[in-house]
Amino acid sequence: MGDKTDVWQGTLALMVLKTLATMGAQHGYGLARRIEQTSGGRLTVNYGTIYPALLRLEQEGAIAAEWGTSENNRRAKFYTLTRAGRRLLAKEERSWEDTTAILARFLAPERAQ
Amino acid sequence: MRIGFVRAGRRTLARLGGLFRHGARERELAAEIESHLALHTDDNLRRGLTPDEARRQARLALGGEAMKEAYRDQGTVPFVEHTVQDVRLALRQLAKSPGLAATAILVLALGMGGCLTVFGFVEAALLRPLPYAEPDRLVDVMEANPQFPRSNLSYQDFRDWQSMNTVFSSLDAYRQRGHMLATPGGPVMVPGMQVSGGLFRTLGIQPTLGRDFNAAESGGEGAKVAVITHRTWQERFSGDRSVVGRSVTLSGASYTIIGVLPPTFQFAPGEGAEFWTPIDATGGCLARRSCHSLDGVGRLKPGVTIAEAGAAMAVIARQLERQYPDSNRDQGAFVGPFADAIVGDIRPTLWLLLGGAALLLGIACINVVSLLLVRTESRRRELSVRLALGASRARIVRHFVTEAGVLVAIGAVLALVVADTGMRLMAGLIPAEMRATLPFLDGLGLNSAVLACGVAVALVALGIFSLGPLLVHSASDVRAGMADGGRGASGHAWRRIGAKLVVVELATAMVLLAGAGLLGRSLYRLLNVELGFRPDHLATVRVAAPGVLFDQPGAPERLALDVERRVAALPGVTAVGLTSVLPVSFNGNTTWVRFVGRPYNGEHNEVNQRDVSPGYLATLGARLVAGRHLTAADDATRPKVVVINQTMARMYFPNQDPVGQRIGDTSLTPSSITEIVGVVGDVREGALNQDIWPAVYLPIAQSPDTDFAVVVRTAQAPAGMVPSMAAAIRQVDGDLGIFGEAVIADRIQTSPAAYLQRSSAWLVGSFAAVALVLGVVGLYGVIAYSASQRTREMGVRMALGAGRSAVYRLILREAGGLALVGIVVGLAGAVAAATFMRKLLFDTPPWDVATLVTVAALLGGAALVASVIPARRAASIDPIHALRAE
Repeated sequence: MGDKTDVWQGTLALMVLKTLATMGAQHGYGLARRIEQTSGGRLTVNYGTIYPALLRLEQEGAIAAEWGTSENNRRAKFYTLTRAGRRLLAKEERSWEDTTAILARFLAPERAQ
Repeated sequence: MRIGFVRAGRRTLARLGGLFRHGARERELAAEIESHLALHTDDNLRRGLTPDEARRQARLALGGEAMKEAYRDQGTVPFVEHTVQDVRLALRQLAKSPGLAATAILVLALGMGGCLTVFGFVEAALLRPLPYAEPDRLVDVMEANPQFPRSNLSYQDFRDWQSMNTVFSSLDAYRQRGHMLATPGGPVMVPGMQVSGGLFRTLGIQPTLGRDFNAAESGGEGAKVAVITHRTWQERFSGDRSVVGRSVTLSGASYTIIGVLPPTFQFAPGEGAEFWTPIDATGGCLARRSCHSLDGVGRLKPGVTIAEAGAAMAVIARQLERQYPDSNRDQGAFVGPFADAIVGDIRPTLWLLLGGAALLLGIACINVVSLLLVRTESRRRELSVRLALGASRARIVRHFVTEAGVLVAIGAVLALVVADTGMRLMAGLIPAEMRATLPFLDGLGLNSAVLACGVAVALVALGIFSLGPLLVHSASDVRAGMADGGRGASGHAWRRIGAKLVVVELATAMVLLAGAGLLGRSLYRLLNVELGFRPDHLATVRVAAPGVLFDQPGAPERLALDVERRVAALPGVTAVGLTSVLPVSFNGNTTWVRFVGRPYNGEHNEVNQRDVSPGYLATLGARLVAGRHLTAADDATRPKVVVINQTMARMYFPNQDPVGQRIGDTSLTPSSITEIVGVVGDVREGALNQDIWPAVYLPIAQSPDTDFAVVVRTAQAPAGMVPSMAAAIRQVDGDLGIFGEAVIADRIQTSPAAYLQRSSAWLVGSFAAVALVLGVVGLYGVIAYSASQRTREMGVRMALGAGRSAVYRLILREAGGLALVGIVVGLAGAVAAATFMRKLLFDTPPWDVATLVTVAALLGGAALVASVIPARRAASIDPIHALRAE
């Protein structure tokens, strides 16, 4: 796995956690659609990419999965945030904000030139 | 994203668990994807797409196999998962060519097994530290003289060395001293040791029961006490703890047992000694400074090196030489590693065998590499297809490594079985007498050191095996490999590499063959060395009488006469004789002589002394060169006489008739003066590989002893004579110790010198035989492959008019070239290797032309046979068929 994938996986995981935190239990398809919508269509990736990320979060205990029925009566696997997941989300949010803030300072003067 | 340890741990656990629930995870994923597609299709339908289009769009958005692959990788540990797949694939591939797999595994198992077997011995004998406290600080302390750089200590010198030296924290001495142990079933001879009081403390050994010798008991002045080994305690005293304080009768005297040694205690020079008693220096030989019969062991003080200790002891020896010019002339000191004294002569033999085994392993590895290369060659298309289908190079590399790994793993496991069997077998073949001098072989077996060596060898083999195919493969490109026929450049590459490997194989086989040839020749020379007597139809038994029972004057002489008379009366005995030391034993039990009527300036004329009965030399079949044999008339009442050997006559009486000359001890004490009455041809008193020393044969009646060997010449097979001899001697006196029954010819065959030479000749010989087969098979493989690659070329040549003989020549020239280069390179290597093992060769130069020519011819002949088969096949092809072949 290259670094790029790692970064992408990391950000994708953060997006998944945040989406689950705001929307509650959600299935993989719903999460993918929601992330696509939230990014304003700028993140158009294969929906499939979300599944390895979900598996990884599940292995880490940040989310839990359970089979259930969707609003239009389809069987689907629903993911919910665990308590560990909430803590992870809070931590990741802070670290992400720090990172962007630092990067913003680096990038700002260059733009001014 | 930084991951906490707990989360990473949980994930790893889940992934490892995933290794075992492959199917369940796959089904779960399928269900989830199905659900995803259904949800997406529903949405698409709502957006007004046709059902087909809705489903297709959903699929496209989901992504393809790559996603599933990523999911699977996340679900498990891909490395392990892939390895498991690779191993499965490798096993399938090997099962597809069982002949090749079996050959490779067998060759590896034998090669590695042979190597590990010998390594087991090397480890037990040479690498493992001695079982004493700080064994590195223990040194062998001996005297030195111009003839022998390492010779026995005299007790008087030893005592002075003990008190004068500043380099040893302690210095002790020991010598073998067998005892006649009184048992309810009559006396039995048991091996024993006489030691100075501090020996066990110097070694760092403490009795597990009872106590060590104390200062009062050292030197034999105190009460008679004995320490026994754990084994003796178990076997003779059934492990009874009340053994301490009990008394035993050793050679007629009563000893009190004061201690039992630990079960792990071993002391090679003891040769299985059971009873350990203090050196008794109160009288006899040890009281004389010129009596050299001890070995010394010292513990170096911290910071003192062996060289420094040697120098310091040399200074002391010079001091004693000035002080005692009579006895100590030219007596220096020797200090060396104690391990050398323990291991003795087997060190060079073991290294030689390890070298041979390593060479064999090398050939085995090359052979397996060749097999794998040929296989890679035939799988070129398969590999190219896999590459073209997107398999990564790394994955292909892993595949090679895994295949090699499977081979090596199976081979290594079998090699352990081979090594275990080999070690048992080889240890079992060591003659019992010699085994007693090698107590460290108790540790022989598949121990951690041997296993570690096995793992190391396996890893090296794995490296070689995976590297070979890779090197060939990296040169080729995918398209060429896939092209029909797919030979071209890569075929040539393999032929070049294969040819080089075969040259190495043949050269190595040549080295081993030459080594085996030289060792075999040495063995032949050794076993046929001039003995100076006829060893057939001779049997022997040793007699020892408890000294206390035979200490009245005349008793030992009467005993000798009685024994001789009884044995001579046995039916089937044609001659009988007695000697103090059997022939082909050792040079030793020497005396210093001085010649009457010649100037003398204190030099030590050291000669073997043998006390023999009148009939002894004639019984052996020794040749009388001048004068007369000893006779029964030469008894204690008559003037002293002596028979000398030819070497003594040559050395001390050049151009002079020794018969009638008189010799005596170094101070020409009147009672020591004896007249030389005869000269016999040299009888080999020392080991087969030792030089002939000057020797004097004294009449046993004028130099009586209570310990001697009986030698008889028999009319029929000598083995049948041994029991009746023992029985006849038993009738002389029930208190006699009777032991050492043997047939002289067997004794010579199993003597350590013969055994070492024979076992190394046989072992290297069998290594060489395997190497020959492997080398020739390797040559056959290369030539057959090369011939098959050139089928079309042969067809063209024959179509253009080349005869079959021309084709024959073509193939044979290729094979002959390889064999010739291999043999020539091997010859150079053989001479170099033989120069290293010169010490192990007996009467055979390392460049022994006859041997080298013979083995070269053998290898050449075998190579010829191996190349005639493919040449014949190539010459018998139908040109039309060959031209159409591609």
